[in-house]
Amino acid sequence: MKVLGLITAFCFGGLLFYISFDFPDWGDSASPASQHVSSYYIEHTMQDTSVPNIVTAVLADYRSYDTLFETAVIFSAGLACFFLLRVGERQAPAARFYRHLSTGITFRIEKGGRLPESTGEFERIDSVWVPYDVIIRMTCRLVVPFIQLFALYVIAHGHHSPGGGFQGGVIFGAAIILFAISNNLRQALRRMSEKITTLLSSLGVMIYAGTGMLCIVMGAGFLDYRALSSFLGVDPVTARSHGILIVEIGVAIAVTAVMVWVYYILSSAGRQDEGL
Amino acid sequence: MIWSLDIIILTIVLICGIAAISIRDLLGAAIMFGAYSFMMCLLWSIMGAVDVAFTEASVGAGVSTVFFVAAVFRTSRRTKD
Repeated sequence: MKVLGLITAFCFGGLLFYISFDFPDWGDSASPASQHVSSYYIEHTMQDTSVPNIVTAVLADYRSYDTLFETAVIFSAGLACFFLLRVGERQAPAARFYRHLSTGITFRIEKGGRLPESTGEFERIDSVWVPYDVIIRMTCRLVVPFIQLFALYVIAHGHHSPGGGFQGGVIFGAAIILFAISNNLRQALRRMSEKITTLLSSLGVMIYAGTGMLCIVMGAGFLDYRALSSFLGVDPVTARSHGILIVEIGVAIAVTAVMVWVYYILSSAGRQDEGL
Repeated sequence: MIWSLDIIILTIVLICGIAAISIRDLLGAAIMFGAYSFMMCLLWSIMGAVDVAFTEASVGAGVSTVFFVAAVFRTSRRTKD
Protein backbone atom coordinates (compact mmCIF):
# COMPACT_ATOMS: atom_id res chain seq x y z
CA MET A 1 0.00 0.00 0.00
CA LYS A 2 2.81 2.36 0.87
CA VAL A 3 4.65 1.59 -2.39
CA LEU A 4 1.42 2.16 -4.34
CA GLY A 5 0.96 5.52 -2.67
CA LEU A 6 4.56 6.46 -3.41
CA ILE A 7 4.17 5.54 -7.09
CA THR A 8 0.96 7.59 -7.35
CA ALA A 9 2.57 10.55 -5.64
CA PHE A 10 5.59 10.43 -7.95
CA CYS A 11 3.39 10.07 -11.05
CA PHE A 12 1.24 13.07 -10.22
CA GLY A 13 4.20 15.06 -8.95
CA GLY A 14 6.05 14.41 -12.21
CA LEU A 15 2.96 15.37 -14.19
CA LEU A 16 2.60 18.64 -12.29
CA PHE A 17 6.31 19.32 -12.73
CA TYR A 18 6.00 18.64 -16.47
CA ILE A 19 2.97 20.93 -16.78
CA SER A 20 4.71 23.72 -14.88
CA PHE A 21 7.01 24.30 -17.87
CA ASP A 22 3.99 25.54 -19.81
CA PHE A 23 3.34 28.25 -17.23
CA PRO A 24 3.96 31.84 -18.26
CA ASP A 25 7.11 33.38 -16.84
CA TRP A 26 7.04 35.11 -13.49
CA GLY A 27 5.75 38.66 -13.97
CA ASP A 28 5.05 38.08 -17.67
CA SER A 29 2.83 40.94 -18.84
CA ALA A 30 1.78 38.99 -21.96
CA SER A 31 0.28 36.11 -19.95
CA PRO A 32 -3.51 35.65 -20.20
CA ALA A 33 -4.03 36.41 -16.52
CA SER A 34 -2.57 39.89 -16.75
CA GLN A 35 -4.05 40.96 -20.06
CA HIS A 36 -7.75 41.57 -19.62
CA VAL A 37 -8.81 42.84 -16.21
CA SER A 38 -5.46 43.41 -14.49
CA SER A 39 -4.68 46.55 -16.48
CA TYR A 40 -8.15 47.90 -15.69
CA TYR A 41 -7.60 47.34 -11.96
CA ILE A 42 -4.16 48.94 -12.03
CA GLU A 43 -5.35 51.99 -13.96
CA HIS A 44 -8.77 52.59 -12.41
CA THR A 45 -8.65 51.41 -8.78
CA MET A 46 -7.53 54.77 -7.39
CA GLN A 47 -10.20 56.81 -9.18
CA ASP A 48 -12.93 54.18 -8.65
CA THR A 49 -12.47 53.44 -4.98
CA SER A 50 -9.71 55.74 -3.66
CA VAL A 51 -7.98 52.70 -2.13
CA PRO A 52 -4.20 52.68 -2.68
CA ASN A 53 -3.83 48.93 -2.06
CA ILE A 54 -5.16 47.37 -5.24
CA VAL A 55 -5.31 43.89 -3.69
CA THR A 56 -7.77 45.05 -1.03
CA ALA A 57 -9.89 46.83 -3.62
CA VAL A 58 -10.06 43.74 -5.83
CA LEU A 59 -10.71 41.46 -2.87
CA ALA A 60 -13.47 43.42 -1.17
CA ASP A 61 -14.93 45.54 -3.98
CA TYR A 62 -14.48 44.21 -7.52
CA ARG A 63 -14.50 40.60 -6.41
CA SER A 64 -16.44 40.99 -3.17
CA TYR A 65 -18.82 38.20 -4.14
CA ASP A 66 -15.90 35.76 -3.94
CA THR A 67 -14.86 37.09 -0.55
CA LEU A 68 -18.39 36.79 0.79
CA PHE A 69 -18.37 33.10 0.06
CA GLU A 70 -14.83 32.73 1.37
CA THR A 71 -16.14 34.07 4.65
CA ALA A 72 -19.04 31.64 4.41
CA VAL A 73 -16.51 28.83 3.89
CA ILE A 74 -14.66 29.82 7.07
CA PHE A 75 -17.97 29.91 8.94
CA SER A 76 -18.92 26.47 7.63
CA ALA A 77 -15.49 25.16 8.66
CA GLY A 78 -16.31 26.22 12.21
CA LEU A 79 -19.77 24.66 11.93
CA ALA A 80 -18.32 21.41 10.58
CA CYS A 81 -15.83 21.27 13.44
CA PHE A 82 -18.69 21.85 15.87
CA PHE A 83 -20.95 19.17 14.45
CA LEU A 84 -18.19 16.57 14.07
CA LEU A 85 -16.32 16.99 17.34
CA ARG A 86 -18.50 18.70 19.90
CA VAL A 87 -19.73 16.28 22.52
CA GLY A 88 -23.42 16.96 23.01
CA GLU A 89 -23.84 16.44 26.71
CA ARG A 90 -21.43 18.01 29.10
CA GLN A 91 -19.71 14.89 30.36
CA ALA A 92 -17.98 15.38 33.66
CA PRO A 93 -14.44 13.96 33.74
CA ALA A 94 -13.70 11.03 36.02
CA ALA A 95 -11.78 13.13 38.53
CA ARG A 96 -11.12 16.81 39.00
CA PHE A 97 -7.97 18.43 40.29
CA TYR A 98 -7.81 21.48 42.51
CA ARG A 99 -4.85 23.43 43.76
CA HIS A 100 -4.93 25.16 47.11
CA LEU A 101 -3.76 28.65 46.25
CA SER A 102 -1.79 29.59 49.35
CA THR A 103 -0.01 26.28 49.94
CA GLY A 104 0.17 24.84 46.43
CA ILE A 105 -1.15 21.44 47.49
CA THR A 106 -3.05 19.63 44.73
CA PHE A 107 -6.25 17.74 45.54
CA ARG A 108 -7.81 15.03 43.47
CA ILE A 109 -11.57 14.85 43.81
CA GLU A 110 -13.38 11.81 42.48
CA LYS A 111 -16.64 11.91 40.64
CA GLY A 112 -19.46 12.73 43.03
CA GLY A 113 -17.18 14.31 45.60
CA ARG A 114 -17.77 17.73 47.08
CA LEU A 115 -16.21 20.41 44.86
CA PRO A 116 -14.54 23.38 46.59
CA GLU A 117 -15.41 25.81 43.80
CA SER A 118 -17.17 28.47 45.82
CA THR A 119 -14.63 29.24 48.52
CA GLY A 120 -12.14 31.08 46.33
CA GLU A 121 -9.15 29.46 48.00
CA PHE A 122 -8.91 26.73 45.40
CA GLU A 123 -8.14 26.86 41.73
CA ARG A 124 -9.14 24.14 39.34
CA ILE A 125 -6.28 22.73 37.23
CA ASP A 126 -6.20 20.37 34.27
CA SER A 127 -5.81 16.64 34.86
CA VAL A 128 -2.72 16.69 32.66
CA TRP A 129 -0.82 18.48 35.36
CA VAL A 130 0.52 21.88 34.42
CA PRO A 131 3.07 23.61 36.61
CA TYR A 132 2.21 27.02 37.95
CA ASP A 133 4.38 29.16 35.70
CA VAL A 134 4.46 32.85 36.53
CA ILE A 135 6.84 33.74 33.71
CA ILE A 136 4.65 32.31 30.94
CA ARG A 137 1.49 33.85 32.36
CA MET A 138 2.98 37.29 32.87
CA THR A 139 4.67 37.30 29.44
CA CYS A 140 1.45 36.38 27.71
CA ARG A 141 -0.52 38.87 29.76
CA LEU A 142 1.90 41.58 28.61
CA VAL A 143 1.98 40.46 24.98
CA VAL A 144 -1.73 39.80 24.33
CA PRO A 145 -2.93 43.45 24.33
CA PHE A 146 -0.23 44.43 21.85
CA ILE A 147 -1.12 41.54 19.54
CA GLN A 148 -4.75 42.63 19.68
CA LEU A 149 -3.80 46.23 18.94
CA PHE A 150 -1.70 45.07 16.00
CA ALA A 151 -4.63 43.00 14.75
CA LEU A 152 -6.91 46.05 14.87
CA TYR A 153 -4.26 48.02 13.01
CA VAL A 154 -4.05 45.32 10.34
CA ILE A 155 -7.83 45.34 9.92
CA ALA A 156 -8.11 49.11 9.77
CA HIS A 157 -5.02 49.70 7.65
CA GLY A 158 -5.87 47.16 4.94
CA HIS A 159 -6.65 50.01 2.54
CA HIS A 160 -3.08 51.28 2.56
CA SER A 161 -0.86 48.32 3.34
CA PRO A 162 -1.00 44.52 3.16
CA GLY A 163 -3.59 43.17 5.52
CA GLY A 164 -7.33 43.25 5.95
CA GLY A 165 -10.09 41.29 7.55
CA PHE A 166 -8.72 37.78 7.15
CA GLN A 167 -5.23 38.46 8.42
CA GLY A 168 -6.34 40.81 11.19
CA GLY A 169 -9.05 38.40 12.27
CA VAL A 170 -6.61 35.52 12.43
CA ILE A 171 -4.15 37.58 14.48
CA PHE A 172 -6.92 38.68 16.85
CA GLY A 173 -8.05 35.08 17.23
CA ALA A 174 -4.44 34.02 17.83
CA ALA A 175 -4.21 36.51 20.70
CA ILE A 176 -7.24 34.94 22.38
CA ILE A 177 -5.84 31.45 21.71
CA LEU A 178 -2.53 32.54 23.26
CA PHE A 179 -4.45 33.62 26.36
CA ALA A 180 -6.23 30.25 26.44
CA ILE A 181 -2.90 28.41 26.16
CA SER A 182 -1.04 30.48 28.74
CA ASN A 183 -3.82 30.35 31.33
CA ASN A 184 -6.31 27.57 30.76
CA LEU A 185 -9.34 26.89 28.64
CA ARG A 186 -11.85 27.62 31.35
CA GLN A 187 -10.57 31.15 31.94
CA ALA A 188 -10.69 31.83 28.22
CA LEU A 189 -14.23 30.45 28.13
CA ARG A 190 -15.19 32.74 30.99
CA ARG A 191 -14.06 35.74 28.95
CA MET A 192 -15.32 34.56 25.57
CA SER A 193 -17.83 31.78 25.90
CA GLU A 194 -18.71 29.33 23.16
CA LYS A 195 -22.08 30.99 22.70
CA ILE A 196 -20.39 34.31 21.98
CA THR A 197 -18.05 32.73 19.43
CA THR A 198 -20.96 31.13 17.58
CA LEU A 199 -22.96 34.37 17.64
CA LEU A 200 -20.00 36.47 16.50
CA SER A 201 -19.06 34.12 13.69
CA SER A 202 -22.55 34.31 12.23
CA LEU A 203 -22.70 38.06 12.93
CA GLY A 204 -19.58 38.60 10.81
CA VAL A 205 -21.11 36.83 7.82
CA MET A 206 -24.36 38.74 8.50
CA ILE A 207 -22.53 42.08 8.38
CA TYR A 208 -21.02 41.16 5.03
CA ALA A 209 -24.21 39.87 3.46
CA GLY A 210 -26.23 42.63 5.13
CA THR A 211 -24.04 45.29 3.52
CA GLY A 212 -24.79 43.67 0.19
CA MET A 213 -28.48 43.59 0.91
CA LEU A 214 -28.40 47.22 2.01
CA CYS A 215 -26.92 48.10 -1.38
CA ILE A 216 -29.89 46.37 -3.04
CA VAL A 217 -32.30 48.22 -0.79
CA MET A 218 -30.64 51.52 -1.68
CA GLY A 219 -31.24 50.75 -5.34
CA ALA A 220 -28.02 49.31 -6.75
CA GLY A 221 -26.57 45.87 -7.36
CA PHE A 222 -25.57 43.40 -4.64
CA LEU A 223 -22.42 44.68 -2.88
CA ASP A 224 -22.26 47.80 -5.08
CA TYR A 225 -21.07 50.15 -2.35
CA ARG A 226 -21.74 53.29 -4.39
CA ALA A 227 -25.35 52.98 -3.26
CA LEU A 228 -24.25 53.62 0.33
CA SER A 229 -23.12 57.16 -0.47
CA SER A 230 -26.40 58.78 0.64
CA PHE A 231 -26.56 56.49 3.67
CA LEU A 232 -23.01 57.33 4.77
CA GLY A 233 -23.19 60.94 3.61
CA VAL A 234 -20.12 60.85 1.35
CA ASP A 235 -19.46 60.83 -2.38
CA PRO A 236 -19.70 57.47 -4.22
CA VAL A 237 -15.93 56.96 -4.47
CA THR A 238 -15.42 57.37 -0.72
CA ALA A 239 -18.51 55.24 -0.16
CA ARG A 240 -16.77 52.36 -1.94
CA SER A 241 -13.74 52.84 0.30
CA HIS A 242 -15.95 52.86 3.40
CA GLY A 243 -17.93 49.88 2.14
CA ILE A 244 -14.68 47.91 1.90
CA LEU A 245 -13.90 48.80 5.52
CA ILE A 246 -17.36 47.71 6.74
CA VAL A 247 -17.04 44.42 4.91
CA GLU A 248 -13.51 43.85 6.22
CA ILE A 249 -14.73 44.38 9.77
CA GLY A 250 -17.40 41.74 9.16
CA VAL A 251 -14.79 39.32 7.83
CA ALA A 252 -12.53 40.03 10.79
CA ILE A 253 -15.29 39.34 13.34
CA ALA A 254 -16.24 36.09 11.61
CA VAL A 255 -12.65 34.88 11.27
CA THR A 256 -11.72 35.76 14.86
CA ALA A 257 -14.73 33.95 16.26
CA VAL A 258 -14.29 30.87 14.08
CA MET A 259 -10.58 30.55 14.95
CA VAL A 260 -11.32 30.72 18.67
CA TRP A 261 -14.31 28.40 18.31
CA VAL A 262 -12.32 25.75 16.41
CA TYR A 263 -9.51 26.01 18.95
CA TYR A 264 -11.93 25.52 21.86
CA ILE A 265 -13.39 22.41 20.24
CA LEU A 266 -10.08 20.90 19.05
CA SER A 267 -8.05 21.45 22.20
CA SER A 268 -10.71 20.08 24.54
CA ALA A 269 -11.76 17.17 22.26
CA GLY A 270 -15.23 18.70 22.07
CA ARG A 271 -15.85 18.78 25.83
CA GLN A 272 -14.99 22.43 26.49
CA ASP A 273 -13.81 21.50 29.93
CA GLU A 274 -10.09 20.82 30.00
CA GLY A 275 -7.94 22.12 27.22
CA LEU A 276 -4.38 22.55 26.10
CA MET B 1 14.00 38.52 -7.35
CA ILE B 2 17.33 37.42 -5.89
CA TRP B 3 17.74 33.99 -7.45
CA SER B 4 20.32 32.61 -4.98
CA LEU B 5 18.03 33.42 -2.03
CA ASP B 6 15.20 31.88 -3.99
CA ILE B 7 17.10 28.62 -4.46
CA ILE B 8 18.01 28.43 -0.76
CA ILE B 9 14.41 28.98 0.35
CA LEU B 10 13.05 26.51 -2.20
CA THR B 11 15.50 23.89 -0.91
CA ILE B 12 14.38 24.49 2.67
CA VAL B 13 10.72 24.25 1.53
CA LEU B 14 11.47 20.90 -0.09
CA ILE B 15 13.31 19.61 2.99
CA CYS B 16 10.49 20.76 5.29
CA GLY B 17 7.85 19.15 3.07
CA ILE B 18 9.63 15.80 2.97
CA ALA B 19 10.36 15.93 6.70
CA ALA B 20 6.72 16.74 7.49
CA ILE B 21 5.47 13.56 5.85
CA SER B 22 8.32 11.24 6.81
CA ILE B 23 8.74 12.15 10.49
CA ARG B 24 7.25 9.71 13.00
CA ASP B 25 6.53 12.20 15.75
CA LEU B 26 3.28 14.01 14.88
CA LEU B 27 4.20 17.04 16.98
CA GLY B 28 7.43 17.30 15.01
CA ALA B 29 5.44 16.99 11.79
CA ALA B 30 3.21 19.88 12.90
CA ILE B 31 6.26 22.02 13.63
CA MET B 32 7.80 21.07 10.26
CA PHE B 33 4.56 22.11 8.61
CA GLY B 34 4.78 25.47 10.36
CA ALA B 35 8.36 25.90 9.13
CA TYR B 36 7.21 24.95 5.63
CA SER B 37 4.47 27.59 5.76
CA PHE B 38 6.90 30.21 6.96
CA MET B 39 9.33 29.45 4.14
CA MET B 40 6.44 29.66 1.66
CA CYS B 41 5.62 33.03 3.21
CA LEU B 42 9.18 34.21 2.52
CA LEU B 43 8.86 32.92 -1.03
CA TRP B 44 5.62 34.87 -1.58
CA SER B 45 7.16 38.04 -0.26
CA ILE B 46 10.20 37.59 -2.53
CA MET B 47 7.79 37.31 -5.46
CA GLY B 48 6.12 40.55 -4.37
CA ALA B 49 2.79 39.05 -3.27
CA VAL B 50 2.89 40.68 0.15
CA ASP B 51 -0.80 40.15 0.92
CA VAL B 52 -0.54 36.43 0.23
CA ALA B 53 2.65 36.29 2.31
CA PHE B 54 0.84 37.96 5.20
CA THR B 55 -2.02 35.48 5.00
CA GLU B 56 0.40 32.56 4.78
CA ALA B 57 2.32 33.80 7.82
CA SER B 58 -0.77 34.34 9.97
CA VAL B 59 -2.91 31.39 8.87
CA GLY B 60 -0.39 28.80 7.69
CA ALA B 61 2.46 29.32 10.09
CA GLY B 62 0.42 30.68 13.00
CA VAL B 63 -3.04 29.36 13.63
CA SER B 64 -2.97 26.09 11.68
CA THR B 65 0.15 25.00 13.59
CA VAL B 66 -1.74 25.69 16.83
CA PHE B 67 -4.67 23.63 15.55
CA PHE B 68 -2.34 20.76 14.65
CA VAL B 69 -0.69 20.88 18.06
CA ALA B 70 -4.10 20.95 19.75
CA ALA B 71 -5.25 17.95 17.70
CA VAL B 72 -2.03 16.03 18.43
CA PHE B 73 -2.43 16.84 22.14
CA ARG B 74 -5.89 15.27 22.12
CA THR B 75 -5.01 12.18 20.02
CA SER B 76 -1.77 10.19 19.91
CA ARG B 77 1.65 11.61 19.38
CA ARG B 78 3.01 8.78 17.23
CA THR B 79 1.81 7.57 13.84
CA LYS B 80 1.14 3.93 13.14
CA ASP B 81 2.66 3.86 9.66
